[in-house]
Amino acid sequence: MRELLIYQVRSEFRKKSLFFSLVLYLVSLVFINYLALGLQHRFLEPGLWSALFWMALLSALVNAVAKSFLHERPGTVTYLYSLASPEQIILSKMVYGFLLCTLIALTGYFFFALWLHNPIQDEFLFVVTLVLTSFGFSAALSLLSAIAAKTNNGSMVMAVLSFPIIIGILLMAIKITKNCIDGLDRAASSDELLLLVAINLMASAFSYLLFPYIWRS
Amino acid sequence: MKGAWWKILAVVLLVYTFTGGLLMEVPRLVIIHESIRALYFHVPMWFGMVVMFLVSVVYAVKYLRSHQPLHDRVSAGFAHAGLVYGLLGIFTGMIWANYTWGSPWHGDPKQNGAAIATLIYLAYFILRGSLDNQEQRARLSSVYAIFAFAAMIPLIFIIPRLTSSMHPGSGGNPGFNMYDLDSSMRRVFYPAVAGWILLGVWIASVRIRILEAEEKILDLDYEKNK
Repeated sequence: MRELLIYQVRSEFRKKSLFFSLVLYLVSLVFINYLALGLQHRFLEPGLWSALFWMALLSALVNAVAKSFLHERPGTVTYLYSLASPEQIILSKMVYGFLLCTLIALTGYFFFALWLHNPIQDEFLFVVTLVLTSFGFSAALSLLSAIAAKTNNGSMVMAVLSFPIIIGILLMAIKITKNCIDGLDRAASSDELLLLVAINLMASAFSYLLFPYIWRS
Repeated sequence: MKGAWWKILAVVLLVYTFTGGLLMEVPRLVIIHESIRALYFHVPMWFGMVVMFLVSVVYAVKYLRSHQPLHDRVSAGFAHAGLVYGLLGIFTGMIWANYTWGSPWHGDPKQNGAAIATLIYLAYFILRGSLDNQEQRARLSSVYAIFAFAAMIPLIFIIPRLTSSMHPGSGGNPGFNMYDLDSSMRRVFYPAVAGWILLGVWIASVRIRILEAEEKILDLDYEKNK
């Protein structure tokens, strides 16, 4: 399990271009938003800010997790198959996806704050939300990426399958973001936070249970 | 005609629903007025949809345990019927909302949840379409059906309860249980629910037989070309 995780981080370092292409993708998205709005350090309506932020993050994160199985070469798959049990593989993919997503989400937040100002008042809660959302995305999408990898047109199927599933996570995240922007008391977001945690746990539990059925072939 | 009693029952119940639902006396409430009759046609769509998706997911689980192609066909057939009911539920709701809320799409949490549930099952059929291998298609789509169902529950059952909805019966709006103490509407509503669900099972069973026939044709073609 730990070896698998280390193996993935290592192979990631070897193919740095993939990680940096993701970061560059996100940064260009943010920059296009900034140019399209044509504002120079002017005030952006909070609702619009959070919509743009989550849209940019959504596409970057889906791409990030999608590659966990989509870009695996057939040889690697057989190698992993012979090496570890499916439970270990999905767990390591989920943990690794979680780390990657958190990193990308924080980078995205940094660049948004740089170019499109930072309306967040309750920054601690917002970062907690980012981490929780990253966890949810990685839990839900790792399984879907394994499904999509088996189809003929993987990346298209991945997009179609993933969007309806993660809307729940995204809706909760957007609600908490709105509370963070308005600087509301933390108790106001407790319902959404609890539900976000519940969705995350359910998604990881189902991924863990269902993955062996996909892996076996 | 043996074994067809439930189909006859479905027809009888639905004939009763349409005549009783359109002609019988209903309580008069402000704003809703005669549109309260949508209860007999719109609300049973959701009951039907949830029942169909539930059967579909049960058979998806059964398939993963047994690997019998029949279970996969049943799962797909009920998902199909559920999708039909989901779309009909959205359309009947839009007609009702046009008269009661003033516009067909009002951004109500229940409306959005229903739209998402529909999207999930449309994605399910796209997944089925993009896999050629029969065994693999059955396995992957079963996994997706279970996963999607697990993700759908918080959307259509929990989130609308967290935020206030404009639907009758929630957010302080007058609903079915508050005013209808004389149970006059229940006399039509319960048979209507039963009738629509039976019709859904009927649609699903036809769909399952079509799938079976298609697979047989494929097998025959394969034999011929061998």
